[in-house]
Amino acid sequence: MTKNTQSTDHYFRSLNRNIILIIIVVSVIPLIIVSSTIYYQFRASYHAKVNDHLRELVQSHVQNINHFLQEKLSNIRLLGDNWGWDRLADESILKERLATLQKCFGQDFVDLGVINAAGEQIAYAGPFKLAKADYSDAEWFHKAIQSEFFISDVFLGLRGLPHFIIAVRNSGEDGHWILRATIDFVRFTTLVENIRLGQTGFAFILNNKGELQTTPITKPTADIIAGKTIYAEFLAQPPISRGKVGVAVKLDLAEHENIYIAAFLKNGDWLLVYQQRMADAFADLDKTFLITTVLMFFGLVAIIIMAFTLSQTVVKRVAKADSEKQLMSKKVVETGKLASVGELAAGIAHEINNPVAIMVEEAGWMGDLMEEITFDESENRAEFERAIKQIQTQGRRCKEITHKLLSFARKTDATIHDVNIKELLEEMVTLSSQRAKYSMVEIRTDFAPNLPSLRVSPSELQQVFFNLINNAIDAMDHDGGTLTVSAHHRDNYLVFAVSDTGMGIPEANLNRIFDPFFTTKPVGKGTGLGLSICYGIIEKMGGKLEVESMLGTGTTFIVSIPFQKDTDRQH
Amino acid sequence: MTPPLVMLVDDEVPFVETMTKRLAKRDLNVISAFSGQEALETIDKHRNVDVVVLDVKMPGMDGIETLKKMKAAYPLIEVVMLTAHATVESAIEGMRFGAFDYLMKPCDMEQLMGKVNEATRKKRDHEEKIREAHVKEIISKRGF
Repeated sequence: MTKNTQSTDHYFRSLNRNIILIIIVVSVIPLIIVSSTIYYQFRASYHAKVNDHLRELVQSHVQNINHFLQEKLSNIRLLGDNWGWDRLADESILKERLATLQKCFGQDFVDLGVINAAGEQIAYAGPFKLAKADYSDAEWFHKAIQSEFFISDVFLGLRGLPHFIIAVRNSGEDGHWILRATIDFVRFTTLVENIRLGQTGFAFILNNKGELQTTPITKPTADIIAGKTIYAEFLAQPPISRGKVGVAVKLDLAEHENIYIAAFLKNGDWLLVYQQRMADAFADLDKTFLITTVLMFFGLVAIIIMAFTLSQTVVKRVAKADSEKQLMSKKVVETGKLASVGELAAGIAHEINNPVAIMVEEAGWMGDLMEEITFDESENRAEFERAIKQIQTQGRRCKEITHKLLSFARKTDATIHDVNIKELLEEMVTLSSQRAKYSMVEIRTDFAPNLPSLRVSPSELQQVFFNLINNAIDAMDHDGGTLTVSAHHRDNYLVFAVSDTGMGIPEANLNRIFDPFFTTKPVGKGTGLGLSICYGIIEKMGGKLEVESMLGTGTTFIVSIPFQKDTDRQH
Repeated sequence: MTPPLVMLVDDEVPFVETMTKRLAKRDLNVISAFSGQEALETIDKHRNVDVVVLDVKMPGMDGIETLKKMKAAYPLIEVVMLTAHATVESAIEGMRFGAFDYLMKPCDMEQLMGKVNEATRKKRDHEEKIREAHVKEIISKRGF
């Protein structure tokens, strides 16, 4: 017993575990697949979007800076062409021109200088004391004299401050001369500084040698120097691809992943680099990832809680159904046992009955003879009479016992005969008529003419109709009504219907009425076996027992039993 | 009244034999048969049998079947069924086919005698009525 309970417990535990596992697996896998797919797609498109945006930003700034330089260059060229050596060599005119330029373009121009072919500064307008300065050794001068115009890298020069110059070569009577303007380094740097995104995004310009041409706002000089390799990679690009915007992702000194966007400007001399930490550039994506993870976590927790609750409910129900089933099968087994015991008892009783009958008869015969014979008045005669009486008394006792046993077994005679259906039904109706009268039930019959006979056990069929008619009368017990018993033949079937005008059977009970031990009658009134026995009998006859019921209108039980046609029977 | 002629039918030979002796001792004329078939044959020879005491359960032709055939051939003969079944079904069935009454085995001699006498009276009354009807018919025909 304990072992049995243990194995049942084990079964329910493993059932519980399996249900939980199934629910979790079935729910979590799609959740993970869907979430990761969505996140992956979102991440890819977000990356593309951010990259595009940064490229766009860098490209537009490159254009801006190019445009700025072009504009300054044009201004100086125009100045040189229009005013010529003679006038510009006059320092007062040059100062006047600088003032005009500063008036028109703000503080973009710091100073102006006019330099002859020998590298001597003939005239100077500006805040520094650079009059008569000698540039014959300056690198920029050599480059400037060799081309029509020249924009230098940033350098310290004579003034010792970072700046860059725009130089335009003009031709005069005494050969070439140069008009030079210094561009405000701070103003220029502002152009690049404008590119600021997030917490860590900044931009700067490098020249071909990898030297800074602007001051980065965050001054991560160390980074920039350390990251030279990455800049070098950009700078090493062949001139043909220099019009494009390059993108790279690398680790910086502090082991942070950075995104680098670079584009060449000033005809490939300078490189505008924008750099930002990945974590910063994709901060929104990380936030989304966090939200997704949190949501997924809560989803998982919800699934697990649901799985546990659901499995427990299911297991509880299964256990309940199981114990009900066990109880039911126990009942069925008990009933079966009782039936076999009954049959056995009936068999024994019947076999014993005959010998007992003979014994009783013999004793009776002896009694009869005793009356005839005239014994001597001795003690023996009295003893004989007593003994014979005793045999008869005990015989009668045996008879009582066997009859009780037989009535307990109460086995219906299952012998098959040809049964005249009309007679059988009429008899059943007559038997029930008295009861019906007390219940104010009117019984109507509707039998088709020429009903064929059935080869069945009449006792069993009687039992079925007795049950159905009694149930119908019970259904109308309070208010009376009409009970209709009909019989017709349809195809190879005899179809009987027992209808009442009672309260009907609720739909919930309709499926269960043929179940053994199901009864709605008060305790002690019904065993719940009647309809289930009827069902069994009709099934055994190869027929069908069906029920139709409407609440408040009544119930009809329909019995269909196949009959053999005379031609079939001859076969 | 002449003593009734009773036929005992049962497959249990000792039972029939003893019962015969006991009934004979009570001034009844008794003949016996040990199967349904034999009973039908015997009755053909002794048409004046008044009452048949017939066991329901017998091998071969059972009591009900024998009863049906007997009643079909000799409707006036009264039959008392003997049954070992405590159920009334078989007895009722027998009575439906024309049996006079039923008794349960083993039976009380006084009870049996009572039933036999009743049945005989019924049969004799019946015969008397038929005889009277005959007489009336003869009288009316002859114009007395």
